[in-house]
Amino acid sequence: MVLLSLRVQENGDEVPVDEKEVETYGTIDYSTAVPIYGSRWSGRELPKNKIPEREAPPHVVKHLIKDELALDGNPALNLASFVTTYMEGEARDLLAQTASVNLVDLEVYPQSAEISARCVNMIANLYHAPAEKGDHPAIGTSTIGSSEAVMLCVLALKRRWQFARKEKGLPIDKPNLVMGANAQVCWHKAVRYLEIEGREVNVTEECLYMDPKKAVEMVDENTIGVVAILGSTFTGHYEDVKTLDKLLEAKCKKTGLDVGIHVDAASGGFVAPFINPDLEWDFRLKRVISINVSGHKYGLVYPGVGWAIWRSKEYLPEDLIFWVNYLGTDQASFTLNFSKGSSSVIAQYYNLLRFGRAGYTRVMSNLIHISDYIADQLVKSDQFILMSATGGQGLPLIAFRLKHEKHYDEYDVASKIRERGWVLPAYTMAPGLEHVKMLRAVVREDMSKNRADILLRDLQAALESLEKTDKALLQHTRDQHKSVGHKALAKRGHHVTPETYNSQRKKLKRTQAC
Amino acid sequence: MVFLSNAVSQARIDETNVNGEHHHDNVSTTVYGTRWVAEDIPRYDLPEGEMPSNVAYRLIKDDLALDGNPALNLATFVTTYMEEEAERLMAENLTKNFIDHEEYASSAEICNRCVNMIARLFNAPMHDASSEALGCSTVGSSEAIILCTLAMKRRWQLARKAKGLPTDKPNLVLSSAMQVAWHKACRYLEIESREVPCTGDVYYMDAEKAVEAVDENTIGICAILGTTYTGHYEDVKKMNDLLEAKVAKTDYDVGIHVDAASGGFVAPFVVPELEWDFRLPRVVSINVSGHKYGLTYAGIGWAIWRSPEYLPKDLIFNINYLGSEQASFTLNFSKGAAHVIAQYYVLIRLGRSGFTKIMTNLTRTADHLAECLRATGRFEILSQGNGNGLPLVAFSLKGDMHYDEFDFAAKLRERGWIVPAYTMAPDLETKKLLRVVVREDFSRSRCELLLRDMIAALKALDTLDAKAVEAHRAVKDEHSHSSLHKNPAQYTIPENGHVLNAEGEVQNLDVKQAPGIC
Repeated sequence: MVLLSLRVQENGDEVPVDEKEVETYGTIDYSTAVPIYGSRWSGRELPKNKIPEREAPPHVVKHLIKDELALDGNPALNLASFVTTYMEGEARDLLAQTASVNLVDLEVYPQSAEISARCVNMIANLYHAPAEKGDHPAIGTSTIGSSEAVMLCVLALKRRWQFARKEKGLPIDKPNLVMGANAQVCWHKAVRYLEIEGREVNVTEECLYMDPKKAVEMVDENTIGVVAILGSTFTGHYEDVKTLDKLLEAKCKKTGLDVGIHVDAASGGFVAPFINPDLEWDFRLKRVISINVSGHKYGLVYPGVGWAIWRSKEYLPEDLIFWVNYLGTDQASFTLNFSKGSSSVIAQYYNLLRFGRAGYTRVMSNLIHISDYIADQLVKSDQFILMSATGGQGLPLIAFRLKHEKHYDEYDVASKIRERGWVLPAYTMAPGLEHVKMLRAVVREDMSKNRADILLRDLQAALESLEKTDKALLQHTRDQHKSVGHKALAKRGHHVTPETYNSQRKKLKRTQAC
Repeated sequence: MVFLSNAVSQARIDETNVNGEHHHDNVSTTVYGTRWVAEDIPRYDLPEGEMPSNVAYRLIKDDLALDGNPALNLATFVTTYMEEEAERLMAENLTKNFIDHEEYASSAEICNRCVNMIARLFNAPMHDASSEALGCSTVGSSEAIILCTLAMKRRWQLARKAKGLPTDKPNLVLSSAMQVAWHKACRYLEIESREVPCTGDVYYMDAEKAVEAVDENTIGICAILGTTYTGHYEDVKKMNDLLEAKVAKTDYDVGIHVDAASGGFVAPFVVPELEWDFRLPRVVSINVSGHKYGLTYAGIGWAIWRSPEYLPKDLIFNINYLGSEQASFTLNFSKGAAHVIAQYYVLIRLGRSGFTKIMTNLTRTADHLAECLRATGRFEILSQGNGNGLPLVAFSLKGDMHYDEFDFAAKLRERGWIVPAYTMAPDLETKKLLRVVVREDFSRSRCELLLRDMIAALKALDTLDAKAVEAHRAVKDEHSHSSLHKNPAQYTIPENGHVLNAEGEVQNLDVKQAPGIC
């Protein structure tokens, strides 16, 4: 009864009291003595649309949220994503300790800023940034991920082109960017948001990624740059940056154009330098002017860190740099975000220090070994066609499709194996090959040989089970999945329903790989 | 049985050491006994070999010990305290990739709930299905601002194109005291920023002047709830009414975006009757930082649109993931889900009443600090009290002294307090001010400590003569730790302060030196 009168006093207005609830729980269960599952909050729905009127005890809220999140997938069984799902205990401790540190606040946290600069240095050197008189003119910045890095690099490409055109008195209203149709969605986003025409090189049966010849053919005076992908989204192939560089150099010489290459090394940037140190794809090539890489992929850090590196400041027009006056110190910044936690950057530094070249090489060799093993077993089973490269010629992933015409397809395999907990995504190939369906398993650090064997066994079991399922039943399962899957149910409550943006659906369908 | 033992020669010991068999790395000595501690920490190159995990941890932790103490940092709005339960929840969810909706459906659902709660908090119209508000989580207000600007620009372009009018000269009306994110959005998205200057008597944007600046090429007006320098809430209601009148006369369809980065979680609880949000018909979008008074650690912000009409469809990307479609509007892609989860924790843990209590406390502490400073007779208070602005105290030194606000800040720094000094917005550059942000962990007792140290700092500066102050400044400029980070890429700031922009026009660099206050 005491609490009841308090409620009225505090707010000045009456909070409706549920008599029945008071009867069940009494009025004082704010104390920690009441068991979590005996408290009123456990007997109520979690607030969904409105901030609740009253406080709730921290331990209860924590548990209720935790219980809700228990329905999320198991990150370790998610073969769809490159994003790191395992870090060492020490790294996790560092992450937790630095959660309250704001990276952009250079004045207060200069050491965190310095660590970010050290990471840029190490990564630039890893990519053979040119040295002049012992000095590295390369510059770079940390980002939230490759999407931000890509936006920044496109912005720099565009602005540089605008400047060059302006100087010659030429129009700047029709910039274009040449890329493979297999590029990740962030590229399409960048060109749309920054009002650039995206020129896509379609993929073919013979070449599942961008053909450098076709790409260079598309280059004209309005081209701000060509994008090469180190580790194609679909099949993990490394695109032939060296040939691209050579062809582009020849074309530039002939026509007087000055077009650079940006390498999207989101996935491959921490694999190729260790597995294929001789593969030339980075700043060793003259036309490569900027590179982006995701720290949270094979950089082995939890999500939230990426890097953008420019060959020299010539390629990052000063006009884009913001001088921020913070507590009397001018800081140069180039970012789309501002305040952000410093923990992922510190975790990246931890990994670079902890693993060194030797450690990264060992981890990446293991991953290649395991992905080759899985690929080998799949080919041997005679049920699949391998689409990805092996032997370290591409990312440690396995892209494959069904060999024989069956009454089930790759999507059915994906949903069948999901029943065991594996998330093994099925896709349709990039524009030009939309009719080809495929499955893709990404091999991450925590995919041991043992786990690989379990996956192979479960894949075999899934195929056998599908073999025995007749067509009608299969169709029924598909329909059901569409109408009452947890995803479909969640969507009904969404503000953005697929129907809202139905008109865009076809046009914008892109494969997400992160 | 006794073994016959060899006395091992030094040569053999050296040999095995070289072969790495008995290398002292392998001995589990304490961290500070390993060779890595005696070597310089790798700075430029990826080291060749591995390093034990505990050594790497310790070295980095020791390096970070030189960072400032977040709790004594009175410069920033960004949250430095969260409850342990929230911290644990964040740590447990570090591995989750927010964008992976298919895999982490519950995390996505939690984000939806946050958007719902915040949209309702900002009184988004809820009467029918077609006009439901839209929103998304972002990394912070900067991303939210760029997204909202992108939406305003695209909507204006589409409207102009439909009428067959040119779309090459968009402009955005904003105050000259805007946070750097706005200047960034304008520059990167190639929009002219029409800055309404602050004058001596108002430290924020004059609604009348703002509406005067609107023309057919205006994509929107930006109002700020809690100005960067002094924490004033701009008069959004007046702006709305003036704009409504102008629109009725001219048929420009211009909306207001409210930058509620700092004020969005304060005003609804302290001054709920203040009309600044979707209650005003011209307000089309709002951004708010979850990591400021949303009481979550750095890395979360929110963008909310009044209705789908204000977020053109061609900006939305639908992605095909494992056979299901996802709509997304973001500049980033993969990012941790922990912050969104932490924000939800705060919202349901505190509820309206918890937020009200905390924000009321903060307002009271700010008022107390302002009152005490005023009572010394040495300071002029520039911020508003009584909940009519953000819980911060902006003040400047009274009278003509041989030291200025920057010297005062440097003096306080010696005690560990970070109280920033600024020069005011363009057109008022001569005005210097100091700013103390009152955050959750700035309790009354800490406030008393600060006051005591401020008085001590004044006294210390009073005893110094002008020459000594000058000498201090020179040393600080040359040798402070932060000056080492100044301009690491060695861009040269042109002497006349002008650079050319993409259009070949002269651009004043002052604009770039917008306050980077966060």
